[in-house]
Amino acid sequence: MTANKLEIIAEPGKTSFTTTRVVDAPRALVFEAFTKCEHLKRWMGPISLTMVSCETDLRPGGRYRFVFRSPDGNEVGFSGEFREVDAPSRIVRTFVFEPIPEAAALETLELVENNGKTTIKTTTQHKTVENRDGHVNSGMEAGMTAGYARLDELLAGLLQAR
Amino acid sequence: MNAMNLAERDLSATFGALADPTRRAILAKLAKGDASVLELAEPFDMSQPAISKHLKVLERAGLIARGRDAQRRPCRLEPQRLKQAAEWLGTYRQFWEASYSRLDDYLNDLQTKEKPRDRKQTRNHRRAR
Repeated sequence: MTANKLEIIAEPGKTSFTTTRVVDAPRALVFEAFTKCEHLKRWMGPISLTMVSCETDLRPGGRYRFVFRSPDGNEVGFSGEFREVDAPSRIVRTFVFEPIPEAAALETLELVENNGKTTIKTTTQHKTVENRDGHVNSGMEAGMTAGYARLDELLAGLLQAR
Repeated sequence: MNAMNLAERDLSATFGALADPTRRAILAKLAKGDASVLELAEPFDMSQPAISKHLKVLERAGLIARGRDAQRRPCRLEPQRLKQAAEWLGTYRQFWEASYSRLDDYLNDLQTKEKPRDRKQTRNHRRAR
């Protein structure tokens, strides 16, 4: 079985990046998993982070907020507002990593079903070029352009050289 | 908080510098050892001034340092900054890779729970006929 792999694509000079991931489940179920707290609490985030609070009001203009607690007790929130909700195929929402509110972005989630599998595509669009350039998120974008594989290789080489 | 903002700004410069394929190639070459501008310019179809421009960006971003030797000014990789950058972007990837891996299991659980119910419904349906 080939593992379903997370792909992250970011082109240089653009303010957006996309991720894709295939899961072995029908779209309706995946949509539920992405939108209901009872499900989100069970899978969102690494196992080391506990989702301590989940609110989601799934309708245009409705808000969502997820709070995670790290093993050292720090809590961090992600929140935003739904702009478009088109079950079970598409959601557009704003996304704010609360410690850095000026880095707000617009996130589009698209689900496409094929032979019982669902491709999950996310597009994260930064609000302004200033945000992208002035913020660590630009780092994420540009850094991902650099390509993890390449960077990993480079880092592996560096660590060996030490 | 100020220190953190400063670190983030530094990181932005680092990522900006990494966005260019030529600069990444330069770093890859420097990972194998120090090199002069001439040595770095060689594999690329690029003039020395063009390479020097890239080196300046890398230097400002803290990704490389340059020797004092006025003639040669050898370039050296500064691995610390690159590691910082990799750690940060690794966070986003790790978050989602871990999430999706848990989602796989969770969706699998949900579906295996659903299946017996479907079968039962089918059976009931048959019985009803």
